[in-house]
Amino acid sequence: MSKVRVLVGTRKGAFILTSDGKREKWDVSGPHFAGWEIYHMKGSPANPNRIYASQTSGWFGQIIQRSDDGGKTWIQPGTPPGEPTTGPGGMPKGESNKFVYDTSAETGAPLTTHQWYDGTQHPWEFKRVWHIEPSLAEPDVVYAGVEDAAIFRSKDGGKSWQELSALRGHGTGPKWQPGAGGMCLHTLILDPGNVKRIYIAISAAGAFRTEDGGKTWKPVNQGLYSQHIPNPAAEVGHCVHHIAMNPKRPNVLFMQKHWDVMRSDDAGDNWKEISGNLPTDFGFVIDVHAHEPETIYVVPIKSDGEHYVHEGKLRVYRSRSGGNEWEALTKGLPQSHCYVNVLRDAMAVDSLDKCGVYFGTTGGQVYCSADAGDNWAPIVRDLPAVLSVEVQTLA
Amino acid sequence: MPPVNIRILLPPHLRALAHIKGELHVEVAGTPTVRSVLDALEAAYPMLTGTIRDHVTQQRRPFLRFFACEEDLSHESPDTPLPEAVVSGKEPLLILGAIAGG
Repeated sequence: MSKVRVLVGTRKGAFILTSDGKREKWDVSGPHFAGWEIYHMKGSPANPNRIYASQTSGWFGQIIQRSDDGGKTWIQPGTPPGEPTTGPGGMPKGESNKFVYDTSAETGAPLTTHQWYDGTQHPWEFKRVWHIEPSLAEPDVVYAGVEDAAIFRSKDGGKSWQELSALRGHGTGPKWQPGAGGMCLHTLILDPGNVKRIYIAISAAGAFRTEDGGKTWKPVNQGLYSQHIPNPAAEVGHCVHHIAMNPKRPNVLFMQKHWDVMRSDDAGDNWKEISGNLPTDFGFVIDVHAHEPETIYVVPIKSDGEHYVHEGKLRVYRSRSGGNEWEALTKGLPQSHCYVNVLRDAMAVDSLDKCGVYFGTTGGQVYCSADAGDNWAPIVRDLPAVLSVEVQTLA
Repeated sequence: MPPVNIRILLPPHLRALAHIKGELHVEVAGTPTVRSVLDALEAAYPMLTGTIRDHVTQQRRPFLRFFACEEDLSHESPDTPLPEAVVSGKEPLLILGAIAGG
């Protein structure tokens, strides 16, 4: 019997929601890491019982947690409880929480500056891990997208992290600037057909692609148009909110930009707008149906100032034509007096038949549709504000 | 100078992270200072490395403060000897989180 495990990161802890393939009755565990911000949790496709979590705090910094039993128990990978607290050389462990920009002559890039909110230059400073992306094939390999924007990789199950510094050293860094949430690398997509190809997105720099495992990066923002930057069609500087891909068709990407919903049919080289009849094309999340690669989902958000759903109605919009023609999905969702947001990493799909779609809100609700969006029901209603939602489909 | 035991009180989140309840003690050789106490604390509880001071710069994290004997030590040099009452074990070194946020 198939199962699903939904990993929910919130402002005040992590929650794990499990159900059988019917997705009607749910077990809820948590809060794990109570009181801490859990920006993201994601399971390893190669070993679904291995889950990585980014636990973070403005007070105490960054903690990486790992579970090897599907979220029942957790360790900091560098410091398992009960083991000696120092390594063979007497050096303390705790390396798993250490994200240090690589400025070495051999593999690093100089620590430069980026644009600050007021237009002045500001030094790069590590703040937190926004997104964790485990390797598709190797459980011990995992990538992290961080603020200030950079990409890190661990090859030892999260015990230690090394920056892939060519992205930060791309040369356009002084033109990158923070969005309202900070200058974060929030989207990290591994190409299932090409282990050396990775897509990332940064607010507000735009999308980048590597074809050589992170040694070199190319901005892939051709076709984006952002009126709030001096050159609306600039190579970098766009506030990309999220990118989604159907793994069966890795050359096709869908993007929710600050404003505008976009698609690329050539691995990001060119983008075209597909906002069509959306009531507003501002939003954060975007995702693709697991089995129908032209079926996509967004949640339009009222902006620039409000950042809650349009007209007080929580509506997921679905296009079955790859964009432009959108239908509102409302059954089971509040259609009055609703003023929540759905943040960029807070939507996910399972791979069951029918495809399940999940999203979490800043009001603490996590909704599930077990029929590709036709009908919705809350799994939980009163969690802390939801930062991220991922789902694992388990055999 | 023989090693001395220093009492430390951590914020609740860091106690949870270190799997401890209440106060803890660390043994410090030489003249106890904020730096030497934190060195000993991180050696005994490596999961706390980076949570009180930055991994690289060793600077106190901005939202944390150090107090002892009703005095704010946050802006003292980390190499300033700790008050005698802390060295003698009469008073703990308090590591506090700023009261902010929700």
